[in-house]
Order: sequence, then structure tokens, then C-alpha cells
Amino acid sequence: MRLLTHNMLSCNIKGVTNGFPLGLEITKREIKEVEFNSDFVRNMFAKIEWKALVNAAKSMGYEELPEEVDSSMLESDEFLKRFHHALLELHLEEGALVCPETGRQFPVVKGIPNMLLNEDEV
Amino acid sequence: MSITCISWHLKYFLGKLRPNIFNCPTAGILVKGIYELWGEGGSYEELEDAIKSYPDDLKAPYMSSDCTFRIIIDSFGNSLTFPEQNERILKFAYIPFKGKVNLKKPDHKFWVMETDDHGSTNGLPPVAEKRIFFGREIGTADRKLLPTYQLKSRKYLGPTAMDAEMAFLMANQALAAPGKLVYDPFVGTGSILVAAAHFGAITMGADIDIRVVRDGRGPDCNVWSNFKQYGLPMPVGLLRADNNLPPWRPGLKEMFDAIICDPPYGVRAGGRKSGGRKLLKGVVAPYTVPDDKKIGHIPSTAPYSLAECVHDLLDLAAQMLVMGGRLVYFYPVLKENASSKPCFPEHPCFSLIAVSEQILSFRYSRILLTMVKTGSYTKEVAEEATKMHLDFKENHLKWLEEGSLLHSGVFCPNDLQTDVVRESKSNSDPSRKYRGKYV
Repeated sequence: MRLLTHNMLSCNIKGVTNGFPLGLEITKREIKEVEFNSDFVRNMFAKIEWKALVNAAKSMGYEELPEEVDSSMLESDEFLKRFHHALLELHLEEGALVCPETGRQFPVVKGIPNMLLNEDEV
Repeated sequence: MSITCISWHLKYFLGKLRPNIFNCPTAGILVKGIYELWGEGGSYEELEDAIKSYPDDLKAPYMSSDCTFRIIIDSFGNSLTFPEQNERILKFAYIPFKGKVNLKKPDHKFWVMETDDHGSTNGLPPVAEKRIFFGREIGTADRKLLPTYQLKSRKYLGPTAMDAEMAFLMANQALAAPGKLVYDPFVGTGSILVAAAHFGAITMGADIDIRVVRDGRGPDCNVWSNFKQYGLPMPVGLLRADNNLPPWRPGLKEMFDAIICDPPYGVRAGGRKSGGRKLLKGVVAPYTVPDDKKIGHIPSTAPYSLAECVHDLLDLAAQMLVMGGRLVYFYPVLKENASSKPCFPEHPCFSLIAVSEQILSFRYSRILLTMVKTGSYTKEVAEEATKMHLDFKENHLKWLEEGSLLHSGVFCPNDLQTDVVRESKSNSDPSRKYRGKYV
């Protein structure tokens, strides 16, 4: 699971109001190279919750992202490369996503998060 | 026949094609090639006159002494032997080529295409009249594309894996290209995303069946390996999620450039969503999972009808597609009442731009719908959608019980069953249940 996916997901258990961002529990992490496409990364910038990405990247052991950003930074190749790395190349292979409100764990196995709810959570 | 003829007559259609086809003719799936027509005629004499009257200034750049060429003979409805082909090539001696012939790597390829009017039609409709075309090749489709991706050589397949040619057509309809993010909410073995990834798109997929996406058939036979097999970039995200209850964070919108999918419509595979059947009917109180059983618990799923599935899909697409983004999906139709025009799902945010039918059997077709997002997903639309969704869910139970079922429509249509047969059937098999019965 890349942090792009992490940035899109929240806990959708019935009644949960603050299901985002999900915490990361890391058993096994990897770096998976993805071809850099500057247009794609620029496009994603406006759609990403920046703070959630910075914190998720930190828990994955990557601390090179600035805390504060504005769109002028998109001119810098260096910044785009870091953003690309954090968004698409940090990969959680085994672990779990944790709901910030209920503590419910959504397991991540073989890189695939299981977001399906149990009968009593729907 | 149509495919070959399309390229032969292509000059009439060029204006309507995808504008970038000239930059990227290899992306063509149904187009075999694009040619500059120098002349056509009913006989080689007529063809000669036509080629001679084609403007010299258009021909000159390809006939100079510093470029090489070759002539290729292509015939339809007949195969020509090498001596016959040579004889035809020599007839073109009147074209003043100054360059040398190079059969292996010519700078320019010229094609002679002839249709045949001989008696045997090979079971095809007879050709009305013999036509011969002569043209310069501008570009040809990548003919290795389909043999490379054909399903029979793919490692991991499911019962509903999308045929390679169809997947490429779908990816083309969705304008999959480098830098675009393409999502398939019913990803299965990834057969549609493979085509999108081939065109350079970044892919994401979800499926409710964890076995399909995660386990596959072993360590090197799963969704990931299908991408590895072709040297394509892996999807940047795969998740197990329910299309009926998508786990997107609040406020997330306009993430995807295209959504391409083949929703489960219950003929080969039935759709499932969260919630057990008893839960759905509201007969028994919701099941609570005991704490000690929570790890590794497999939640039960309920049937997910096509109507509800498409409803959810349109709403997801309205929210998650960028403006101008495309939703491309298959929609099944029963052709029982041929007179009435089929009506397709609508949504205030979308315009339907293409309807392409694939006939599957005498009474059943599926239609590839291409929709473009033309209106933004405003608060009003979202509220309206939620309201419709609730109404829909309420009526849906009735709908399920009334039993307007696609599966039964395809496999045991009422018009072939007299009441007697139906009665005896229900007597012998009172609990006729199959997965996906409720489409």
C-alpha cells in the first residue's frame, strides 16, 4: 500500500466521524520504484491532505517532506521528487491501518489493505 | 472484413478519429493501419490512371533517389502466390521510383490492396465489385499487441477476466495515457488495468473478494504477477473494499481521470456487498462478532444487484472523477422486447457519449457505455444522490423479491417455460439456489 492510497482512505464504520487519517502499524515496509511523472505529481498536490502525508511518511521512516507547503514549491524539481517518493514509492507490505477514533485495525497483507467491515460495523 | 475495409477506406473517416491517432497509430485496436491513398480503381488500368493523376508534388518526397522502398501486396478473399504477387508488383513499373528497393527496412512502404470478386465467398457476403487500392503506409497498429496480451498466455485468470482486445478498447475509450490515474472498482485479476497500464496510465483497483486480489493462485500467480508478466508498472494501489460502502475519506473528490470496469451482473459472477442476507432482510438482529473471533473473521456478504451496483458506480464516478474524466463500463441488456429501446443509467453529472453493443447470444448483449463527466459534483447533487440512494435501497428489497433477474432471464427465460415445466422443476428442486441468483 502506497501513501497515495493511505491518503484517500478513512475508517467508514457506522457512527465514526473522525476516521481520517488512519494510523500506520508497520510490520514490513519496502521501497517500490515508480516512474516519475511530474504532471501526475503536480496534479495530485491539490488533492492530497498534506499533513496526513507528512505524518504517514514519517511513520514509514521518511522525514524529507516539509511541514508547510504552498503551490509555488511545485516549481522545484527537488520538491517534486521528494513528494513523488513519499506518495508513490513508500510501500507498506505487511501491517495494519488503525482507526484514530475506535482503534479498529484494518490489516494490510501482501500490500493490500482490507477495508471490509464486519457485520456489526456496517 | 470490416476491420480491413475500415483501414482501406480510412481516408473518409480520418476527421472523426481520435486526434492523436496520427502521433500514435500503434494505439489503434480496430484500425489495422493508416495509408495515404495514391489511387484506386476497378482494374489495374484504372488504378494506373488514378495514380498518374495523383499530384506529383505529393508523390515526389517518397520517390527520391536517397530513400528506399518496398511494395507489399495484400489481398482480401483470396491468397496470392509469390509469382502472382511479383507479377502485380512489376505492373507498377510506371511509377518513377528513383530509390532502391529494401525489403527488410525500407524508408517507405507502399501497399497494394485488392478485394476479390471470384466465385467462392468463403461463407462471407460476396464482394460487390473488385477494387484495387494503392497507398503509402503512414502507420500500422502494433500487431504484436493482441497476441502478447491474449488471455490464454496470461498466468492468472478468473472466470470473468476481460478479453485482451476488449480491455484495450475500453482503455482507449477511457483515454488512458501516461500521467493519468485509472481506477477499477471490480478489479478481479486486473485484466482491464493491464490494458490501461500498457497505455502508460497509473492504475488503482479494488475488489470485495480478498482471495482474488490478495492470494491469487500462489506466490507468482496473482494480480501483481499479471503486470510483472508484461513488464508493466504495478498498480499503485489495490485494496479490498466494498463498492457499496467505499472507504474514501470525507471530502475526497476528483482523484481519478478514468474509471473503467465490468460490473458483476450475475450471469457469470454475481455481485456481493457487505452484510449478510438475514441482515439485509431485517429479520434477525445484526450479528455481533465476539472479541476473541475478530482476528481473521470473514464478514458475510449479501447479494448485490446490478441496479444497485450501477447506482453506486455512477455516484462514485461523479464524486471521484475529474471534470472531463470518463466512466467506461459494461451494461447488460436482455433483448426480449426488441421494440423498446433500452434505457441506460443516467446521472446529472454525466453525458453519455458512446454506446457500443457486443452481442453475446440470441437474447443477451452487453453494451459498453462511455460517459464523460460534464457537471461538477455539488452539494445539491450529493444530497439528491443520497436521497435517491435511500429511496432506491427501500424499493430495492421489493425489486429483489419481484425477481426481475438477469440470470434467470439469460438461462431460463419465462417464454420457454410452460407453467407445468416450472411446477415440476420447483417440485424436484425446491431450493434452486445459485451464487449471484439475485444478479
